[in-house]
Amino acid sequence: MDSSLNPSTLNSDPITRAPLVLNKRTMGWISSYVSTIVESKTPRWWFISIAITSSIALLTPLMLCYLVATGIGVWGNNSPVFWAWDITNFVFWIGIGHAGTLISAILFITRQKWRTSINRAAEAMTLFAVVCAGIYPLFHVGRIWKVYFLAPVPNANAIWQNFRSPLLWDVFAVSTYFTVSILFWYTGLIPDLATVRDRCTTKIKKFVYGVMALGWRGGNRQWRHYEMAYILLAGLSTPLVLSVHSVVSFDFATSVIPGWHATIFPPYFVAGAIFGGFAMVLTIMLPARAIYPQLHDMITPGHINKMAKVILLTGSIVGYAYLMELFIAWYGANPYERAAFWYRAFGPYWWAYACMMFCNVVSPQVFWFKWCRTNVYAVFIVCMFVNAGMWFERFVIIATTLARDFLPSSWGLFHPTIVDILTFIGTFGLFTTLFLLFVRFLPMICMFEVKAVLPEANPHYGEEHH
Amino acid sequence: MTTPTKTTGSSTAPIYAVGVEFDSARDLYHAAEKVRDAGYKRWDTFSPFPIHGMDTAMGLPKSWLSALVFIGGLTGFSTALFMEFGTSSFLYPLIVDAKPTNLMTIPAFFPIMFELTILFSALTATFGMLALNGLPRWNHPLFNWDRFKKVTEDKFYIVIEASDEKFSLEETRQFLQSLGGSHVTTIHQDETSNE
Repeated sequence: MDSSLNPSTLNSDPITRAPLVLNKRTMGWISSYVSTIVESKTPRWWFISIAITSSIALLTPLMLCYLVATGIGVWGNNSPVFWAWDITNFVFWIGIGHAGTLISAILFITRQKWRTSINRAAEAMTLFAVVCAGIYPLFHVGRIWKVYFLAPVPNANAIWQNFRSPLLWDVFAVSTYFTVSILFWYTGLIPDLATVRDRCTTKIKKFVYGVMALGWRGGNRQWRHYEMAYILLAGLSTPLVLSVHSVVSFDFATSVIPGWHATIFPPYFVAGAIFGGFAMVLTIMLPARAIYPQLHDMITPGHINKMAKVILLTGSIVGYAYLMELFIAWYGANPYERAAFWYRAFGPYWWAYACMMFCNVVSPQVFWFKWCRTNVYAVFIVCMFVNAGMWFERFVIIATTLARDFLPSSWGLFHPTIVDILTFIGTFGLFTTLFLLFVRFLPMICMFEVKAVLPEANPHYGEEHH
Repeated sequence: MTTPTKTTGSSTAPIYAVGVEFDSARDLYHAAEKVRDAGYKRWDTFSPFPIHGMDTAMGLPKSWLSALVFIGGLTGFSTALFMEFGTSSFLYPLIVDAKPTNLMTIPAFFPIMFELTILFSALTATFGMLALNGLPRWNHPLFNWDRFKKVTEDKFYIVIEASDEKFSLEETRQFLQSLGGSHVTTIHQDETSNE
């Protein structure tokens, strides 16, 4: 694989736009290339990878069975750190789940046409990340068989939910986000499933993809409603994606704990989510691009360059938020607030704070240099730093803050148990297994949208301007 | 319904429509303008992707799916309103941290109102779109046309239905022939089409 991307394919002149699909590919090429990934015989690397990832994924259900059978004490959560790895991992995964909808919704309504070749995979990644995220709060409630108490169903005690609680807001926000992400993803898939339906040769595939395509025919009388539905979903998802991580941040910000009780939390969490999400999109798209070299014409160096710029921007916003938190802690002159931040940076968890600062604030700064944005290895390494850094950020916010509450007599450190660690490793297996299944069985690139950004898709292509 | 003067084939099934194939979005666009100007009403253009400006070329109004979605959003908003105030202010007033249970508590209720508004709107957008498009529908006379498989790949089609008032098999076929496309085909209801 070429390590440095050819800079001539990048957009050097801002007036003339670089082509979104390279090498003048035709519409037929796009369908056949993307569909071939689904149609061809399952490659050996896929079986090997899924055997590994699904074995790792098994750790999560095994550990959860052990937890349900024994009790929540098998996790390291204890006084005073009652929210620990589980909530850290929840916020970590739900944050990753933000990039997909950002790419599909916000970049759609701002008419960023380069999104078309990466939005499908990013949306799939969103769904899988939210699946991983949902596991943690669900089992953190302790008695998962009583989890229906979260829903406003009439019960024998005639007690209803506390709708003023940010934890209940979170239930609604995350479940709404998951549902809307599925709807958005599936709506985008319908025309492409029809393409696969019309191309496949075996009876079983024809039946399965035919059923999933819902009988799509591609008439303009259908496209008319389809486009309206798509832009409405994009318009609805835009405030939704901003609200979900804001609501997650309310879990912390509405409490009175020093270090959590801050108005900067919603925008800071949202920027962090986009930052971490884009890093994860690149973390999985770069290997996919290496395995399927023809994707290079659709996921071009220009795409990687743009995503690196988004990482640089949001990483800098996150860095600003970290510094502003420190400044306000000093400027606010609240001794508890000052102590909380002093403890974060110089207490026993200083290493987590230092990792967070280095990975999230320092490492993305290399993207100021075009060489780094166009070198796939450099991009990949920075993305791995960001993935780690965003996990440390949540750990710093949750564990170090709770380790020292108002009563010095109850101060204590958090120690993860082996169950904590294996459950978390298992969710990475689950995430990659789901993604491998997606790559194998569904069109990974949004074919109809990529066709629509080709120059010949314009009904006035080749005509003179009037 | 018109009387077929000439059929190209031996099919006895009733005629569904006549279709023609084009190679590019540009050709389809200009042909669509001609079909619109010829006064046909029950016809459609088919393409692998939505074509910008095709609604105007076909003379179609704006989709009113947005109105449905607005109603869906209002439903979601009022569901949350009744659910939150109904349970927390009337059925079991739950006083937490001495906070009020009357209208003054609305800021704390707002996040769920927002989420349910979005949720109901998105469900309406997706299922409303499917309903307006008559989907899911897994059988359709158009699927009898072999060449129509390419509609999801890189070919473009215009199909004029036999139920159109102006439809006459011979004249419509000739009209479609004059549009510059290829493979003018009579599509029958349930049997394989013939060229």
